[in-house]
Amino acid sequence: MQQPRIEYKDITKRFMQNGGGEGSAIVAVEDVTLSIKDKEVVSLIGPSGCGKSTLLNMGSGLYPPSEGEVKVDGERVSGPNDHVAFMLQKDLLLPWRTIRQNVELGQEIKGTPGKQRRERARELLEKCHLGQFADHYPHQLSGGMRQRAALARTLAVDPTVLLMDEPFSALDAQTKMILQQDLAETLEREGKTALFITHDLAESVALSDRILVMSQRPGTIISEIVVDIPGRGNPMERRHQRKVADYVGELMELLHVGDQAAGDEI
Amino acid sequence: MNGSSGMSLRNGVISSAVLLVVILAAWEWGPAAMGVPAYIIPPVSDVVREFMIMQETEKLLMHSSITAAEVVAGFVLGSLLGMVVGYILGMSPATELVLSPYILALQIAPKVAFAPLFVMWFGYTVYPKVLVAILIVFFPVMVNVLTAIRTVDPDLKNLARSFRASRWTIFRKIEFPAAMPPLFSGLRIGATLAVIGVVVGEMVGGNAGLGYLLVFGEGSGNTAMVFVSIILLTLIGIAAYLAVIFAERKVLHYLPKDNAAHSV
Ligand SMILES: Nc1ncnc2c1ncn2[C@@H]1O[C@H](COP(=O)(O)OP(=O)(O)OP(=O)(O)O)[C@@H](O)[C@H]1O
Ligand SMILES: [Mg+2]
Repeated sequence: MQQPRIEYKDITKRFMQNGGGEGSAIVAVEDVTLSIKDKEVVSLIGPSGCGKSTLLNMGSGLYPPSEGEVKVDGERVSGPNDHVAFMLQKDLLLPWRTIRQNVELGQEIKGTPGKQRRERARELLEKCHLGQFADHYPHQLSGGMRQRAALARTLAVDPTVLLMDEPFSALDAQTKMILQQDLAETLEREGKTALFITHDLAESVALSDRILVMSQRPGTIISEIVVDIPGRGNPMERRHQRKVADYVGELMELLHVGDQAAGDEI
Repeated sequence: MNGSSGMSLRNGVISSAVLLVVILAAWEWGPAAMGVPAYIIPPVSDVVREFMIMQETEKLLMHSSITAAEVVAGFVLGSLLGMVVGYILGMSPATELVLSPYILALQIAPKVAFAPLFVMWFGYTVYPKVLVAILIVFFPVMVNVLTAIRTVDPDLKNLARSFRASRWTIFRKIEFPAAMPPLFSGLRIGATLAVIGVVVGEMVGGNAGLGYLLVFGEGSGNTAMVFVSIILLTLIGIAAYLAVIFAERKVLHYLPKDNAAHSV
């Protein structure tokens, strides 16, 4: 079998509560095992607070798991590494840098020579339809454009694995669809592997090869759905497929969305 | 938008000028009309005349320059010290925890009360004045920088970390620039406080500077001299404040224009 690009093995993560001893730790995720193949796009969905972001942060090497290990290309993740880059709901653009300078941030920190950096930034901004905005400051751009710039910054360091935490959830419905299309095309074209967190069930179906469903905290993976619809690189088309509704229905059931609406629990 | 705000700006300037004339006129003739003697409130013309006299007999320019130089020295040194300490404490919560009671105590202590002490230590030199200014400028700058460093979005720092940035790189590329706007708010406050620090230093013990002239004028019952000194001190304060605003405009050019206009 082909080696997975990113792999979580028996991951448990506990957070210490304020000033507490052993007993008062919160278990954010428990015994999570998952693996993503090269060029595969996998969505992760689950109730709020079930530990999705926690998993993503461990993949980025921002903090280690309490138990188990994360591997990228077979190598144990012991800190931030060059293969992985993340993107959040917040665009995290630095207001004092122009869009181009923001896109160059990662390469700059990694010490890529200036000329090469600028070349890459120009190319990416062109691809993300932000060519004319290279010398603008973030506050001069709309939310959608800013998130595009954030995507360009993420791609600029040429990661093999993209970890995305609800990247489009702050956008309006239309902008969101346009960005989803862009992202899907980019992932397909560049052959990137991605783990994509979202609360938007239709989005997860439209964008991914596979969907992992998590339980309430302590989060574990309770189900895996393979999205058997062609055309992952073109979610606009894909959304029209009848099967999308079936998958969304299945996800709603797994997440008990209907029960929650009927009851009082949110 | 631009045209209308330009119009209102011009109207504002005209109104201010008119108001100035009214105030000066009221100052010139008002007190006399109400029977206030000139040794309580001297009319403008007396103050202007005194200004001319002081230029010749009291070396007014020299005194003003000394005060201005002390203000600049105190402001620059106090700000630098405030910045350095602010950055260090901001980056090291452990250090802040240890030092915080002392910092708090020193922050609450009225800084100008140190003036006599410094004069006792350093005599009638420039040092006590500059020291009081440093002490009084230090706190607003330090506190603003410290708070700014503490409140930098942790996700921004994580972003830099994910690119494998060192602690120093995170400071240079994220924390330092992020702390700029609050730093400038601190510097503005500091610019006006520096004048207070220097004047108190000069009043307590000195034989030069506008603070000295202030006390000298009081001692010789020369109200007009006191007025001249106050006006010149105010001008020095305004100049210092404008210098900060000017630097701020240059450095924070990336901020949305609306905010920049409001923040003046
Ligand atoms: N640094 C931390 N310290 C303490 N507890 C934490 C920390 N990070 C996360 N947690 C806890 O771990 C649990 C999982 O958090 P996480 O952010 O991973 O959830 P999530 O699935 O991303 O939720 P959402 O969908 O709302 O973003 C939560 O209960 C949270 O309070
Ligand atoms: Mg989350």
